Amino acid sequence: MTINRRRFLTTASAATLAAPLISTRAWANDPITFVSILDQSGGLDIYGQPMVETTKMAIDEINAAGGLLGRQIDLKVYDPQSTIQFYTQFATQAAAGDRADVVHAGITSASREAIRPTFSRFQTLYFYNVLYEGGVCDINNFCTGSTPAQTVEKLVPYTMNKWGSKVYIVAADYNYGQITAQWVQKFVRDNGGEPVETEFFPLDVTNFGPTIKKIQAARPDMVMSALVGGAHVSFYRQYAAAGMNQSIPIASTTFGVGNEHKLISAEEGDGMICAYSYFEEIDSPANAAFVERFKARLGADAPALNELAARSYEGAYIWAEAVKTADSVDRAAVIEALRSGLGFDGPSGRVEIEPKTNHALQNVYLAELKDQSFNIIETYENQQPADTLLVCDLVENPNQSEFKFENGLAAAGIDI
Amino acid sequence: MDLVLSLILQIVYVIANLALISLGLAIIFGMMRVINLAHGEFLMLGGYTVVVATNNGVNLWVAMLILAPLVVGVIGVIVERLLIRWLYGRMVDTLLATWGLSLLFIGLITSIFGASTSTTISPPLGVVTIGEYTSSGYELFLIGVTVALLIGVYLVLKFTTLGLVARGTMQNADMAAALGVSTSRIYMITFGLGAAVSGLAGGLLAPITGVLPTIGSIYIAKAFITVISGGSAILAGTASASVLLGGINGVVSFLTGPTLGEVALLLAAIVLLRLMPTGITGRFFKKSQ
Repeated sequence: MTINRRRFLTTASAATLAAPLISTRAWANDPITFVSILDQSGGLDIYGQPMVETTKMAIDEINAAGGLLGRQIDLKVYDPQSTIQFYTQFATQAAAGDRADVVHAGITSASREAIRPTFSRFQTLYFYNVLYEGGVCDINNFCTGSTPAQTVEKLVPYTMNKWGSKVYIVAADYNYGQITAQWVQKFVRDNGGEPVETEFFPLDVTNFGPTIKKIQAARPDMVMSALVGGAHVSFYRQYAAAGMNQSIPIASTTFGVGNEHKLISAEEGDGMICAYSYFEEIDSPANAAFVERFKARLGADAPALNELAARSYEGAYIWAEAVKTADSVDRAAVIEALRSGLGFDGPSGRVEIEPKTNHALQNVYLAELKDQSFNIIETYENQQPADTLLVCDLVENPNQSEFKFENGLAAAGIDI
Repeated sequence: MDLVLSLILQIVYVIANLALISLGLAIIFGMMRVINLAHGEFLMLGGYTVVVATNNGVNLWVAMLILAPLVVGVIGVIVERLLIRWLYGRMVDTLLATWGLSLLFIGLITSIFGASTSTTISPPLGVVTIGEYTSSGYELFLIGVTVALLIGVYLVLKFTTLGLVARGTMQNADMAAALGVSTSRIYMITFGLGAAVSGLAGGLLAPITGVLPTIGSIYIAKAFITVISGGSAILAGTASASVLLGGINGVVSFLTGPTLGEVALLLAAIVLLRLMPTGITGRFFKKSQ
C-alpha cells in the first residue's frame, strides 16, 4: 500500500477525531453508570419514592460486595416530577450525556412509551420494573413487572366467585387504565360475568361523588379499580364515606403499589383484594431479610414495600447477574445473557427473564387487606407473561421495538 | 325518586365545593383586585394545618374550624405585610410575586413533610341513607358550612363597621383615607380574611381529598374560573357562578363521566364570558355590589 498525502490525511484526521471517543470509553477502573429516572415528586411520588430507595439499596449492596467486574457502580437518579416532558429530557441526558450502561426508568405506561424509543435509538439498555398492561415487544427493553395475564387473570375469577359476577370498572384515563380495563372486561366475560360499566378518570380528578352515585344506581356485585396516583386515593375515602365499602366490595389492579393502604384508614380499606407479584407480608426468609435490611437502612422513615419497590431492587440485581454472566457491560452481551434463561432469587421468589418477550416469569400472590396490611390468601408460582406471549416472539424476530397494545387489545387481535 | 334526590344532593355538593374553594379568592381578587396565584397553596396550607394538628392530638373539629383559618389567616397577614402591600395597583407584578410565593410554599412544605404525607383522617359523621342510596354525612355538613360561610361574609361586609369601611376603601381608597381610615390596615385585614377563608376551605376538604404539597394546582384554575365568571359582586357572583358551573359539571359528570364533566364546566365558562365579559353580576344582580 502506498501512502499518498490524501490517504495520510484521511487516516490521521480520522484517528484524531476518534481519539476522544476512545479515551472517554471506560477504562478498567472507571465506574459503571446506572441511571434511574423515577418520579419523586408530583402526583406519582407515592410510587417513585420507595422505588428510588430500593434501587439505591441494591446498588449500595452490590458496591459493598466489591462491585461488578471489579468496577464500582455509579448510580445517577433523576426526578422527572410526574411530568412526561422531563422524562424525555432526562432520557436523552442519560443516553447521550451520561452514556449510561443501563437505565431503569418510568412508572406510568405513558412515561415508558415516551422514553422507550430514545433508548432504542441510542442503543441504551432499558429496564422497566413496573406492573403494567403488557404488550411491549422490544429487544432493548426488559419489562420485569407483572402483567394482567399473571395478576388480573387470577384476581377476577377469585373475586367474582366470592362476591358475584356484575363488575363495575373504574380506571385511570391513559394507556395503562384504558388497556387494563379491556383486560378486566375480557377476564370478566371469560368467567361468565358481566362488566356493567367502565369509567375513566384523568389523573387530577379528586371528586368522585357523581361516580359513586352511578355505582349505587348500577348495583354491581363488585368494583374493580385501576386508579392511579395521589389524587385518585380520594376515591377510596369518598367511597367509604358514603358507606359503600360495607355493601359493594372493591378489588384493584393498582391499590397498594403506591402504599395507598397506608394512606387511608383501616376501616376505609378493610376487605379489598389485590394480586401482585410481591407483598411486604410474604413469609419467606429471603423476604424477611430484605424487609429487615430496608428498615434498618431508613429507620422510622422507611416506606412500606410493594411490588414496584421490590421489583426495582430485583431489577437492578437481574441486570447485575447478567453483567456477571456476560463478563461485560456491553449492551449486546448483557442482552444475550439476560435472554439465556437468567434469573434471580429475590424477596418475591424467583424472577426469570422469558426470552420470547423480555418479560419475567414470576410468582404471583393474591391478598386481602386487613388493618392496613395484606393477608396473602393464594400463591401462584412461576407465572408466564401469557398476554405478551400472544403477540410477541423476540426469539423468532429479535429486530422489534414495538408496543403491541398501543391501539387496544382488539387491534392486537385479542377478543375482549 | 331516591336516585333523583340523592343526585340532586350530589349536585348541590359539587356546587358547594366550588363555592367553598372560590370564596377566599373572591375576597382577595374580587375586592382587592390582587391576582393571588398562591390561592391554591393557601388551601393546601389549611389542609396541612389540620394534618399536623390532628397528628398532635388536637380534636379534628377544632383543627378544621378554628386552627386552619387562624393559621392561614396569620400567614396571609404576614404575606400581605412583606410582599403584597408593595405591589398594590401593579397587577402583573402581583401575579408574578404570588406565583413565586406559590412555588415557595410548595417547596417549603415538600421539604418539611415530604412529597406525600400519610394522612389517615377519615371524613367524620358517618353515612346518610336516602332510600336505597347512601351519601356521606360529611358532604351534607360541607354544604351547610358553605352556606353559613357565605351568609357570614355577607353579614360582616353589610352590617359591621369593618365591612362598611372595607367596602369604602375598595371603592375609593383616597376618599376613605381623607375620612381618616387607615387604608393600609384595611387592606391587611381584608387579605388576612381572604386567606383565613381559604384556610378554612382547605382544612375542611382535607379529610375528603387527602393532602399533598401540590394539591393546590387542582383547585386554582377552578377557583379563578368561578370568581371571574361571577363578576364584580363577590358574594352573589361566586354563588351564582358556582351554581351554574357546578350544576353543569355535576349533571354532565353523572351522565357521561368526569372528563366531559370538566370539559362542560370550561365550555360553559368560555361561552358565559364571551356573552358577559364582566361576569354574571356585570349583567344581573347589579344591585348586590
